[in-house]
Amino acid sequence: MSSNGKRKPKIGVFKFASCDGCQLSLLDAEDELLAVAGAVEIAYFPEATRAELKGPYDICLVEGSIITHHDAERVQEVRRKCKTLVTIGACATAGGIQALRNWKDVDEMVRMVYATPQFISTLKMSTPVAEHVEVDFELRGCPINKYHLIELISATLIGRKPNIPTYSVCIECKRKMNVCLSVARGIACLGPATQAGCGALCPSFDRGCFGCYGPMESANTASLTEQFRILGQTDEEISRAFRGFNAWAWQFRKASEECEKR
Amino acid sequence: MRTGASRTIRVDTLARVEGEGALLINMSGERVTDVKLKIYEPPRLFEAFLRGRHYSEAPDITSRICGICPIAYQMSAVHAIERALRIHIDPAVRLLRRLFYCGEWIESHALHVYMLHAPDFLGYQDAIAMARDHKEVVERALRLKKIGNRLVQVLGGREIHPISAAIGGFHKVPSKQQLAELVEDLEWALEASLETVRFTATLPFPNFEQDYEFVALRHPDEYPFNEGRLVSNRGLNIDAAEYEDHFRELHVKHSNALHSVIRGRSSYLVGPLARFNLNFDKLPQVAQKAALEAKLPPPVKNPFRSIIVRAVELIFACHEALRAIREYEPPAAAHVELPKRSGTGWAITEAPRGILYHSYTFDENGLIQNAKIVPPTSQNQKRIEDDLRDYAATLVAWPLDEATWKCEQAIRNYDPCISCATHFLKLRIEKDPESA
Repeated sequence: MSSNGKRKPKIGVFKFASCDGCQLSLLDAEDELLAVAGAVEIAYFPEATRAELKGPYDICLVEGSIITHHDAERVQEVRRKCKTLVTIGACATAGGIQALRNWKDVDEMVRMVYATPQFISTLKMSTPVAEHVEVDFELRGCPINKYHLIELISATLIGRKPNIPTYSVCIECKRKMNVCLSVARGIACLGPATQAGCGALCPSFDRGCFGCYGPMESANTASLTEQFRILGQTDEEISRAFRGFNAWAWQFRKASEECEKR
Repeated sequence: MRTGASRTIRVDTLARVEGEGALLINMSGERVTDVKLKIYEPPRLFEAFLRGRHYSEAPDITSRICGICPIAYQMSAVHAIERALRIHIDPAVRLLRRLFYCGEWIESHALHVYMLHAPDFLGYQDAIAMARDHKEVVERALRLKKIGNRLVQVLGGREIHPISAAIGGFHKVPSKQQLAELVEDLEWALEASLETVRFTATLPFPNFEQDYEFVALRHPDEYPFNEGRLVSNRGLNIDAAEYEDHFRELHVKHSNALHSVIRGRSSYLVGPLARFNLNFDKLPQVAQKAALEAKLPPPVKNPFRSIIVRAVELIFACHEALRAIREYEPPAAAHVELPKRSGTGWAITEAPRGILYHSYTFDENGLIQNAKIVPPTSQNQKRIEDDLRDYAATLVAWPLDEATWKCEQAIRNYDPCISCATHFLKLRIEKDPESA
C-alpha cells in the first residue's frame, strides 16, 4: 500500500478524445513537477515518458471523452487497473466540445469532414467517463487549473478530500473586486451558473464568462436564461452560450434544449 | 545482426508526442517494405460542428483542438475572419499578437527540446529520469518554459486556452507596466536560449540528410509569425487564399490517414527547419551568430538537428519578445468595431510545429457555413513516413529495441501533435466497407 512509506504510489495518465491540454497541466506545474515526481511513481504517462510500469495504479488521471467503440472498452480496462479514478477536464467530465455531435446526425457530420465516410468508426455521442465507469473525483475546467491538480494529488496521497471550490464564478469576481459586467455593462455572462476555478478570468479581461468549468452544483439556469433575454439575447444565442465546452453537462444541456424548443 | 531476415519495428503507443499514434515498420533484409505512422486519436469533427456557430466563437472553439498550441489556432482564426470582414487591426495589436506568439513558441519549444526530445539523444526514458543526472539542465528547461507560459498568462489570462484573443484585436490589452515586469525574466530566457543552442549542439547526431521541400511563411521584414507569403525552396510563392489550389490531401490506404502533398510534387516539410532555412536572413544577429557558432549554416537537411534549430528559434522568440515590449504603446482601443457582413477569409500562421491554415465562410449574421483547418502535423505526416523509410534502412544491423527507439526519435524530430492532426486526418479503421 502507498501508506506504508515503502512504495511510492503509482500514477497513470490516460487519454481519450481530447486536446492534451489537461494532462499538459501537470508538465506546466514547473515549480512542482520535480517534487511531484519525487513523491509518486509516474507509472504511465505516454505524453511525458517512454517508460511504462504495469498496473494496478493508485491514482489514474483520465482525460478525454468517449467517442469510439474501442475507447468505450478501453475505459473499462482503465477502471479495472486503478484504485482512485479522477477525470480531468471538461471532455472527461462532461463530454467536451465534441459533445456538440450529440444534437446532430453524426453520419452527416462525418460526411462533411471525411472523404471516405464508410471507413470512419465513431460513436453517435460523445459521453463523459462517468457514463461508462464509476468515477471517484471530477476535476472541472477547459482546461483544468493546475493548482487544483496538485491539490488533488496531494489530498489523495494523504487520504483527505481535495479542497476544490464548488461555488460560482461570481464569488471569484467579487473577491477580485471586479465590477459586474452583466449589471454594469449589459454583457451576457455565464458566471452565475458556472463553477469557480479559473479565478474569474474572462470578466477580468472585459468579457463574459463562457462556462469552461461547467455548471456549479445549484446552477439556476432558468433565471440566467431570463436575464440573458432581458439583455437582448435571442433564444438561438442563449442556446449557443450553454452549448460550449460543457454542453452535455445536464444543467447546461437542459437550458440549451429549453431555448431551442421555444 | 540478422541482415537477411525480415523483421518488424512496432510501437503501439508513441510516447513523448501529443496525442495517440502508433508506428509499424516492416523490413525484409535491408529493404523497408512498409512504414505506417498510424493515428488512432479519435475524430472530434471540429469542422463539422463549427457550422452554425458565430465567427466570434471560432478562436475559442478551435483552440480546443490543441492544448499545446492554442494560440496558433486563435491567431489563424482571427486573421482568417478579419480578412473575411475586411478589417485592419491596430499596429499595437499586431505587435501584441507577435508577443503572444513568442510566449507560445518559448513554452512549446522549451517543452519539446528538453522534455520530449533531448532524453532520446542522451538515452533517458524521460526528462524526470534525465533530471537525476542533469538536474541543472532540466531546471533550466522548466524555468524557460515557465517564462514562456508567464508571458502567455499576462497577455491571455492562462497558459492553456488563453481567453484574450478577439476578432479585431484583444478583449483586453496589457499596460506597459505589466509587460515591463516580464523583461528581467526574458533577459534571463535569452541567455538560457543561447545556452540551449550550445547544449543541443553537443548532442550526438546520426549522419542522415534528406532532400526536402521546405514550406514556410516569408515576410519582407520579419521572421514569420502571422503574416507573409507561403514559399518553398522549390519555387512555391503564394497567398493564403491560394493554399487549396496548391495543396491536396490524399487518402493513402497504407497509412490510415490523410496526407497533405503539394500538387504535382509530393511530401513537404513544415516547422522550425523550414522556417530557419527559408528565413535565416530575417533572424536577429544574435540568433544567426549562435547558429553559425553551432555549425548550423542553412540549409539544414538533417532532421535530427531540428533540436538545435528549435533552440535558435528560442533565441529569436526571446529577442523578439523583448523588442515588442520595448516598442509597445497600448492601442487606443483593444479591438476595432466589426462590420456586419458575410464573407470568406483565409489565413496561415506559423504554429511552433509549422504552418496552420484556416479558412471560414460565414453569412451576414456571422454564422459559419464552412470551415477548413489544416494543422502542421497533417502536413508533415507523409514527410515523417518518408524519413522513416530511408532512416530505418540504415538501422538494419541494430538490435531491434535500439532501432525502435531510434525510429521513435526520428518521429519526434517533428514534434508531432497528433491531437491537432486528427481533426483533419481522415482516420480510418481497417475493415470492409460492407461491414461498416
